[in-house]
Amino acid sequence: MPDRETKVAVLGTGMHPWGKWGRNFVEYGLVAARAALEDANLLWKDIQFVSGADTIRNGYPGFVSGATFAQALGWSGAKVVSCYAACASGAAAIANARAQILAGLCDVALVVGADTTPKGFFAPVGGERRDDPDWLRFHLLGATNPTYFALYARRRIELFGATPGDFAAVKVKNSRHGVANPNARYRKEVSAEEVLGSPVVADPLHLLEICATSDGGAALVLSSMDFARSHGENNPVTISGVSTVTPRFPQTVIEMPNFATDSAAAAGDLNGAGFKKSIALAAYEEAGIGPEDVDVAEVYDLSTALELDWYEDIGLCKEGEAERLIRDGDTSVGGRIPVNPSGGLSCFGEAIPAQAIAQVCELVWQVRGQATGRQVEGARVGVSANQGLFGHGSSVVVTR
Amino acid sequence: MGATKRRVPAVDGWFKIDSEAPALIGSRCKTCGTFAFPRQTFSCANPTCDGDEFEEVELSRRGKVWSYTDARYQPPPPYVAADPYEPFAIAAVELPAEKMVVMGQVVPGVGVNDLSVGDEVELVVDTLYEDEDHEYLVWKWRPVMEAVRGETLDA
Repeated sequence: MPDRETKVAVLGTGMHPWGKWGRNFVEYGLVAARAALEDANLLWKDIQFVSGADTIRNGYPGFVSGATFAQALGWSGAKVVSCYAACASGAAAIANARAQILAGLCDVALVVGADTTPKGFFAPVGGERRDDPDWLRFHLLGATNPTYFALYARRRIELFGATPGDFAAVKVKNSRHGVANPNARYRKEVSAEEVLGSPVVADPLHLLEICATSDGGAALVLSSMDFARSHGENNPVTISGVSTVTPRFPQTVIEMPNFATDSAAAAGDLNGAGFKKSIALAAYEEAGIGPEDVDVAEVYDLSTALELDWYEDIGLCKEGEAERLIRDGDTSVGGRIPVNPSGGLSCFGEAIPAQAIAQVCELVWQVRGQATGRQVEGARVGVSANQGLFGHGSSVVVTR
Repeated sequence: MGATKRRVPAVDGWFKIDSEAPALIGSRCKTCGTFAFPRQTFSCANPTCDGDEFEEVELSRRGKVWSYTDARYQPPPPYVAADPYEPFAIAAVELPAEKMVVMGQVVPGVGVNDLSVGDEVELVVDTLYEDEDHEYLVWKWRPVMEAVRGETLDA
């Protein structure tokens, strides 16, 4: 470990419940920010730095989200940044705030992400943009996000003998977890029969196996360890690792929104396989831990099958063993290593810039012992994992 | 139906329309030999290579299915869907020489039940959508045994 401080304290967490509320995203961000400030026992005027995770579906205010939230809270002169990293935007906003704190440029920061989403498939942002692969993949292939999720699901079936029942079991588990979460959008248990009886969207994935798009907001108040102590928090929950890694060449797994993988024809010794494996690994390294130290995980279950991929990618088991974990109940609350006790995207739906922040909120509640009805007993170390399209890794280690 | 319509590619410069030997047009880095699709014009994807000259190359016309799925629900615009909407399959195909995977729609009439990982497929050019005057074309993958399968499907 380097001798300088590598941890930041999490003083406050806040969320606006996920749903399809149809209101301005700024409202959700504001509710979440105020809840986080209250949780931290701080006032808005105490915040020195605001880090916004952008939404690209809500016009200019969404592109400059940090300033938008700061203005909504009332201009205070705080320093600001806004950043976009697709689904990883929240982690990027956390990374920004953390860097300011660790560099000693500020003592206490507010991180906010919120979104209002349209109904149905995520479509590219409007306008004819023939040099944008995200526009072109819809136009030339009709390839939606579930197209890519389904390609990965089929690989699990092919390589590891996954069954539709294994995938459905992930949804069943997450739906059970989400029942107890007041911030979740879907709070109803579903059965495997209901999952497998729902319409196929992209073979082999059914409607109930693919995450919805949601409105919601999440916020964190982060501070230096010194500030936390001066604020009376002698043993605060900390963020001890943040990963925002990019892939390595040659990336041989097809990724949204690409038409093709990298070519490995002239790559020599370079091996880019396993971008998703590198994401949590980088966060573990910063935190000085390994996957065996993790008590609870929040992973990006854009689809049921993708949650199984994450079990392997964050090191909970070896490649090809994820099906055994779900079959044995290991990843249920009460099991060996609970995953998505919040209910995951399965129960939330995706509010893009808020989601990676929401993952951290859940981990903080878990390690504080405040996750009523879904508490992982004795949880001390949590990890989140997520990936934003165009090559954004996102993983955060939360430690008590 | 398409006889009087002009056949034009739905995207310029991504594939060669040739009824005998259609092909995807990619690039090959003149310095390190890395392929790319769509073609690179100003930088090589290989981080150890500073090449900035590329030759246009036709990619392998045949490959093996890496994975596949279908689109049961109509994709949102800018996809131009037929009315009524017809679901279609999509395959990600490994090209042997290029050591890369390229996605494409699968030709009409071939569904997920007709596909398996590892199947050999070949590139064809087919209609993506039409307007009054044009047929807009795109590359698609077709199982190499599709002629046989087509008969079974039509029966």
